[in-house]
Amino acid sequence: MLRIEGLTAEIDGKAILRGIDLEVPSGELHAIMGPNGSGKSTLSYVLSGREGYEITGGSVTFNGVDLLAMEPEERAAAGVFLAFQYPVELPGVGNANFLRTALNAQRRHRGESEVDAMQFLKLARARMKELSMPEDMLKRGVNVGFSGGEKKRNEVLQMALLSPKLAILDETDSGLDIDALKIVSEGVNALRSPEFSALIITHYQRLLDYIVPDRVHVLMAGRIVKSGGPELALELEASGYASVAA
Amino acid sequence: MAAVTETIEAVQSVAEGGYKWGFETDIEMEFAPKGLNEDIVRFISAKKNEPAWLLEWRLKAFALWQTMEEPDWAAVDYPKIDYQDAYYYAAPKNKQGPKSLDEVDPELLRTYDKLGIPLREQAILAGVEGAGDSPSEGRMPIAIDAVFDSVSVATSYKERLAKDGIIFCAISEAVQEHPELVRKYLGSVVSQADNYFAALNSAVFTDGSFVYIPKGVKCPMELSTYFRINAKSTGQFERTLIIADEGSKVSYLEGCTAPMRDENQLHAAVVELVLLDDATIKYSTVQNWYPGDAEGRGGIYNFVTKRAACRGARSKVSWTQVETGSAITWKYPSCILQGDDSVGEFYSVAITNNRQQADTGTKMFHIGARTKSTIVSKGISAGRGQNTYRGLVKISPKAIGARNFTQCDSLLIGDECGAHTVPYIENRCMSAKVEHEATTSRIAEDQLFYCRQRGLTQEEAVGLIVNGFCREVLKELPMEFAVEAQKLLAISLEGSVG
Repeated sequence: MLRIEGLTAEIDGKAILRGIDLEVPSGELHAIMGPNGSGKSTLSYVLSGREGYEITGGSVTFNGVDLLAMEPEERAAAGVFLAFQYPVELPGVGNANFLRTALNAQRRHRGESEVDAMQFLKLARARMKELSMPEDMLKRGVNVGFSGGEKKRNEVLQMALLSPKLAILDETDSGLDIDALKIVSEGVNALRSPEFSALIITHYQRLLDYIVPDRVHVLMAGRIVKSGGPELALELEASGYASVAA
Repeated sequence: MAAVTETIEAVQSVAEGGYKWGFETDIEMEFAPKGLNEDIVRFISAKKNEPAWLLEWRLKAFALWQTMEEPDWAAVDYPKIDYQDAYYYAAPKNKQGPKSLDEVDPELLRTYDKLGIPLREQAILAGVEGAGDSPSEGRMPIAIDAVFDSVSVATSYKERLAKDGIIFCAISEAVQEHPELVRKYLGSVVSQADNYFAALNSAVFTDGSFVYIPKGVKCPMELSTYFRINAKSTGQFERTLIIADEGSKVSYLEGCTAPMRDENQLHAAVVELVLLDDATIKYSTVQNWYPGDAEGRGGIYNFVTKRAACRGARSKVSWTQVETGSAITWKYPSCILQGDDSVGEFYSVAITNNRQQADTGTKMFHIGARTKSTIVSKGISAGRGQNTYRGLVKISPKAIGARNFTQCDSLLIGDECGAHTVPYIENRCMSAKVEHEATTSRIAEDQLFYCRQRGLTQEEAVGLIVNGFCREVLKELPMEFAVEAQKLLAISLEGSVG
């Protein structure tokens, strides 16, 4: 269970999040929709612990522990995964090496045994097949020379391998064609379980045709202004954010 | 070989944090009197029981050195060295060339054990049997020469190598056993007059490795020398000479460490490689001399002259270096591409953290037709480190169709360090093609965050990104060394971020 209470945050003295209250129970997928500049990406970075954001008030707990007090890597080990809107390139770092290093770093942190190269390859190949990713993507540098769609699929592959408890998808649908969108959605849906929850940040209703959320929240000017069931997304698609704000 | 791969782990357990090779071995040593003069040169020569010609050669070098000025053109800054305030000969007592490992002081063997260097024949023989003739299992045997301060203490695998006619021994031993080869080639690539530190080395060099690969022989295993400075106030002046005869091939590795001390110690080595027709030498270095503390106290001055002469047609030399240690590094492994179609390569990673300074690069002399050279230099600066790439590509009028490609990349970590690139190109041949590419970058905040979001700590993230940055160079190292080097890079940069 993710519980956000009265969360306020600013960048360079400018308030971006102005009091967010949100609960995502285990097993549920929640969508966060909102126009540009409403604070969607800031929320995802604050939850995952990126530097440069000042938390000025409120609290965030994940399964009862104070998320804001943890380093980014501790949050990752606790099961928080952020699928980046703009996945970062790591030149010269092989994708397979990166994924295995990350997986083992998390496992070590949790006191679990490390996965050896053979076990890892087996695991990775199985997941890649599900995501229709060519195997050579394991050999290439992390996100280097990947198309937009490949980068997003790589994010979903990482998510599948790291099997997080809370996934935050930051506009993972942007820049995807319809086939890629389906594949990415299947990747997320495959993770659904009573222990898994997700925050799906998106501009468009389109993604929610494939990943049906339990709840939809509308974020505007740093606050959640409206919440509802999946039908809220359709409503927004039809009449725009302005009508919600009114 | 598993043992080398495990070096870092083995040594890491010795000390927590910082430089992990900084212990001192308590062993009875024999020193020459402090200071440097003709008598010291004679003393060293007498200790080594050298023939008259070599003493003359040393004395000539010493006379030359006295007329020379210490070079000051490198971008490094250090107080004046008092050459009279050091010992030029330090040797574990009664080590007049041990005939077998049984004669080696057990304390020495323990030191090498601690460093993860497997010298014991037993361990090595076990390695041979386990190797199953399959290098892919990562258990290729490696023959090792270990140099402790001024003397070579043990060389392994000699007999196995001798079957192929390969000579691998201490250079002091080669002087006795193979004087004709030593006399013919010593100083033929780096003369006594070459430069200040080479002249000094020629006068007082104490030991080092000697390799001769006969015609047509591909050396069946990696050859390796492990250098260890142990004694206080002692300079280390090793001399390495490798001769690859026609059509032969060898891969040679060297590693270096030293105890932690507040004083600076001088290491002025000379390495000469000679390649005849169709010969190939791959020379790899992982240099991890003590770098000094965070404030710049202590550390090794690593002033080294390394040069390869590709005398034969189609010969090929490849220098790969990973320079993580030393307070100051002054080093330009070079290639004289004399034979037609000869090839020179230089792959370098140099890290400067804290107050370390490195001025390193290469010189490629294109003399023969269609000679080719490749330079890939990766400089990483952190803390207040200063890192300079200095390189020369010189193409003579006769080097028809010569080609050079140079790539210099610098990575900055933090905002108090410096990276400098000083390429010199002298082209006197119309048909030659010379390319130079250079980049400077930082580890971006978003790269670090991306890694940490996936569960890596800040330091693991830096290590991963730096290893990625150096990949083109690291892949040139023999596999076992590459693993060690990767870990070393991460360790060298500990504490460099945030």
